[in-house]
Amino acid sequence: MTEKLLDIEGLSVHFPTRRKLFVAVNKANLTVEPGEIHGLVGESGAGKSTIGAAVMGLLERPGHIAEGTVSFKGEHINGRDADGMRALRGAKISMIFQDPLTSLNPLLTVGQQLVETIQFHLKLSEADSKKRAIELLDRVGIPMPDERINQYPHQFSGGMRQRVVIALALCSEPDVIIADEPTTALDVSIQAQILELIKELARERQTGVVLITHDMGVIADTTDKVTVMYQGEVVESGTTQQVLGAPAHEYTKSLIAAVPRPTLKVHRFPQLSYGGRQIEFLIDDLARNWDRPEPSKSGTLLKVDGLTKTFLQSGSIIPSRRKYFTAVDMVSFDIREGEVFGIVGESGSGKSTVARMIATLYQTNGGKIFFDEDEITQLKTAKDLESYRRQIQMIFQDPFSSLNPRMRVDEIIAEPVKHHKLLEGAAIQHRVDELLERVGLGSESSRKYPHEFSGGQRQRISIARALATQPRFLICDEPTSALDVSIQAQILNILKDLQEHLGLTMLFISHDLPVVRQMCDRVGVMRQGQMVEVADTETLFAAPKETYTRELLSLMPKLEGLSTEGLEDEII
Amino acid sequence: MLTYVLKRVLQSALVLLVVGLVAFSMFQFVGDPIDNMLGQERTDADIARLRTELGLDQPFPVQYYKFLENAVQGDFGVSYRQGRPVAEILVERAPATLELAAVSGFLAISIGIGLGVFTAIRKDGFLANAIMSISLIGVSLPTFLIGILLIYLFSVELGWLPAFGRGDVVKFGWWSTGLLTSSGLKAIILPAITLGLYQMTLIMRLVRSEMLEVLRQDYVRFARARGLKDRTVNFRHALKNTLVPVITVTGLQLGSIIAFAIITETVFQWPGVGLLFINAVQFVDIPVMAAYLMLISVMFVGINLIVDLLYFAIDPRLRTDGKGAH
Amino acid sequence: MSDQSATAPQSRLAKALDSDFFYSFRRSPVAVVSFVVVMLLVLSAVFAPLIAPYDPFDPGSLDLMNGFTAPMAPNDFTGDVFWLGTDDQGRDVFSTILYGMRVSLFVGLAAVSFAMILGITLGLVAGYVGGWVETLIMRAADVQLTFPSILVAMLIFGIAKGVIPIQHHDQMAIWVLIIAIGLSDWVQFARVVRGATLVEKDKEYVQAARMMGRGRGIIMLRHILPNVLSPVLVIATISLALAIIAEATLSFLGVGAPPTQPSLGTLIRIGQDFLFSGEWWIILFPSVTLLALALSVNLLGDWLRDALNPRLQ
Repeated sequence: MTEKLLDIEGLSVHFPTRRKLFVAVNKANLTVEPGEIHGLVGESGAGKSTIGAAVMGLLERPGHIAEGTVSFKGEHINGRDADGMRALRGAKISMIFQDPLTSLNPLLTVGQQLVETIQFHLKLSEADSKKRAIELLDRVGIPMPDERINQYPHQFSGGMRQRVVIALALCSEPDVIIADEPTTALDVSIQAQILELIKELARERQTGVVLITHDMGVIADTTDKVTVMYQGEVVESGTTQQVLGAPAHEYTKSLIAAVPRPTLKVHRFPQLSYGGRQIEFLIDDLARNWDRPEPSKSGTLLKVDGLTKTFLQSGSIIPSRRKYFTAVDMVSFDIREGEVFGIVGESGSGKSTVARMIATLYQTNGGKIFFDEDEITQLKTAKDLESYRRQIQMIFQDPFSSLNPRMRVDEIIAEPVKHHKLLEGAAIQHRVDELLERVGLGSESSRKYPHEFSGGQRQRISIARALATQPRFLICDEPTSALDVSIQAQILNILKDLQEHLGLTMLFISHDLPVVRQMCDRVGVMRQGQMVEVADTETLFAAPKETYTRELLSLMPKLEGLSTEGLEDEII
Repeated sequence: MLTYVLKRVLQSALVLLVVGLVAFSMFQFVGDPIDNMLGQERTDADIARLRTELGLDQPFPVQYYKFLENAVQGDFGVSYRQGRPVAEILVERAPATLELAAVSGFLAISIGIGLGVFTAIRKDGFLANAIMSISLIGVSLPTFLIGILLIYLFSVELGWLPAFGRGDVVKFGWWSTGLLTSSGLKAIILPAITLGLYQMTLIMRLVRSEMLEVLRQDYVRFARARGLKDRTVNFRHALKNTLVPVITVTGLQLGSIIAFAIITETVFQWPGVGLLFINAVQFVDIPVMAAYLMLISVMFVGINLIVDLLYFAIDPRLRTDGKGAH
Repeated sequence: MSDQSATAPQSRLAKALDSDFFYSFRRSPVAVVSFVVVMLLVLSAVFAPLIAPYDPFDPGSLDLMNGFTAPMAPNDFTGDVFWLGTDDQGRDVFSTILYGMRVSLFVGLAAVSFAMILGITLGLVAGYVGGWVETLIMRAADVQLTFPSILVAMLIFGIAKGVIPIQHHDQMAIWVLIIAIGLSDWVQFARVVRGATLVEKDKEYVQAARMMGRGRGIIMLRHILPNVLSPVLVIATISLALAIIAEATLSFLGVGAPPTQPSLGTLIRIGQDFLFSGEWWIILFPSVTLLALALSVNLLGDWLRDALNPRLQ
């Protein structure tokens, strides 16, 4: 029986607040053995980060460990005082945070931060510490480590910075590493590299790793064991194969059912059956009062031709010395009426910029946009654009900033209606109430403020606002990237309903390939401002033509062995 | 980087020109210099003669240029009130103010930063809270009240320190210093404390709030997670980052010390340029007001420029502009 | 079926009283005490004509024989008792303080309001419109920041004094004071509002409004302004304390409220002359009042800053 590096038994963490006692973690159990990567997965509020902080003794006040034990190599550590905990931290148990940008001190070089940690823990001389630092940088995959050791954090890209962070965590050969969402802030391609690095290091040094994440793909590809948490409770635990392939607990089952798969297409996602309440969307009811305009003659609703956008990168009085950055470079595609067209790409590919140009939020620097035969790019004044603006609407990524915190929900939804003077008086309130009912929020929500709602609910309010003017075209810019998996499923279901019952045409922007596969009829792939390939979704996924597309597809999480329980009725 | 320095210098020059314009306009539009200089018994011929002599019949831009030309050479005209060249008066009184500013500035910065760091690190301690509460009083007390209070306590009641004046001074060429005589030293204590107290409180509160902000940052948390000693974390990591914004504000404060000197000098009848200025305002002695204004701006603009350049030297992020992150 | 809980929305007042904000107010003795003190002072200043036992500015009611009476001690000549004593002209110090507070508060509030309106407007426009407008406004702010506000106020006062004919000096003094202090103070409001505007500008609800076709003015007023006001509130309270102190300082130096309409600062100036000859009350009571006013406003502002800071919650 291999000795357990970390053994958490019956751990409870309490946060006393003025109204009540908040139980962040309730009697949790977790073990980590040498060389093992143990995933800790759950949605927001599950308590997974709290467990990590509790082990390290880094809980924010007034949080404290109320009961249970944390043992390291057989010895209890949760009762230790500040000095005792500090002796462990960094030396035996290390932690990595999510955002590499804020984890490093911007005013010290990478070398200074490494050497300081090495010297402190290993008591080596300055010269020896520096040698070791260079070795570590090399091990984590930083090219030319002897040069880069003297650089500042802002001179490293996001992925490189996270590698530096990992190097810092490794300085003293810890036995356990707690990684809290280490790849969430990174691009998919970089993510894969960092996870690979973590796997290698665990194997090589027989380090135990606790990998905290909300991303099932990360769990499926990287971890040996997994513990699932829901609202502070450990719901299920076991080997990854077991838990993902044949989940026992209701919550795990519905959580897995909500994950978009790269290889399957479902009609609608099954809703979370554990804990959350069932919500009905009545979009088909909405269709009865929906004014459908004349369908476009050519069948193409939106056409984009040679669209270009440049931004000023470094200014100068002399025009010839200014440097420009081309965000979008001669992009062309068209969207047929009633279809969902997806654009995928990594960050910096220009996909959001394209969306914003179509939404008239950015001026174009070249190219034309056509909406139902009218050339939009010709229209200059706000008055001319009124009709276009009524017919297109947008749903944004961040539910916490897409609603004005100081406006009531009914004012938010009514604003476009009032602006376009579509209705008057009581009819406006009537429409607002109807929309709120249809997206499953109920008309009593109308007098509340955005902060009283959760992320998923806010996104539904956004959708209600978008539907208020009865648009023909909906732009969805990463509408679910900031949401939990189960909430994502809800929102994607609504969007599908909108397409089916209201005949809405949609532009769906995302970096998440499995989601795009579920939602879109046709897909365009963008890379560094250029449209690389456009095809029907199934064709693109089955037989991609371009190398870049193939690369992107290869980076999709495999999610092999993920149970399909609950999805049988829905699979297309 | 060179562009940055050039831009700042250009900006400073612009500010000085604008100030010059304001100062000059005061001459033009406020009161009639002829009125101020000639007595009641004056004839039209006198007025016309003086006008031409002073060049007051020239167009505006010409006069402005002449004004600047003179100013750069140190000629600010003649004081309406004292009848002496303004430059002479300024030189006479400048050392008093500068010495006072230097002493109180030193007090304010050293004690201010020290206390600021202390109250941030020992955030919940009794002493820290007590200091913070007392500091609020420091911010709510107008400078002149502090002065009056100190005078009452140490001069009237206790009789330890003088209530006004500068004591005996020692002259070196055009500079006169009070720091080398015992009466001079005694005389500078109360004014320096008065002047410095407000600044010190401000600096302390600023350092404290900046440092608390920095201590909340992820990289500090990460440094703790690496097990580093509290002392290392506080001084090496947190303090350095705190000082960057503190430096800008401290620089501005240094400038305002020179202005607040006006108040202190009034309370203690300290013979500096501040007292000179307030008297000039009361008597509408335009040449002195204008000269003070210009001199002060040169000083302020200079201090600001130095602060900006210092900022540059400390924050590496500003130095490596243009090179992409990779 | 909706997934909203079945609670009816609370009334606005109930919500406000139940909020974390009001809770921290109730729990902080400092905040409550300073609030009470401020209210007391403000109310006594507002109702000065009703409360003051004497009208210190009616020359007819003054009796020079009452001069230099100590507090609560009957006057040697007339036998009148004055709570806080009298000054050299026989004016009741208590009454002069009440009226003086009026001036101090009026100037302070008016100056801060002026600075706020100017600063918020310029900050909003600079932040949202950007371009050369922003550059112009921010450069002007930078230039002005180079000079301490006291100096700017003094300068404006001095210039006004030279421009306005002598007979109007006293009347105009208060207004010049308000404009001088207000003009010297707008910059911090502008900067904070501009900073907050830049942040809000990129938020998605502003994008949504722009997409709708809402005009710039409406977006600035309806969407951005309500969301940038909370840091302004903190600055405003502290600004008020500073404005009161600034006015007192200017009046003390003789470039502020005139003796015919004295503020607390003017009273202190008058009293300073008598400090050394033993009539301590003439300077003490106005000083204490000034200190109490500035201190409680500062304390409130300090507490407000901590209470409204989202990150400290």
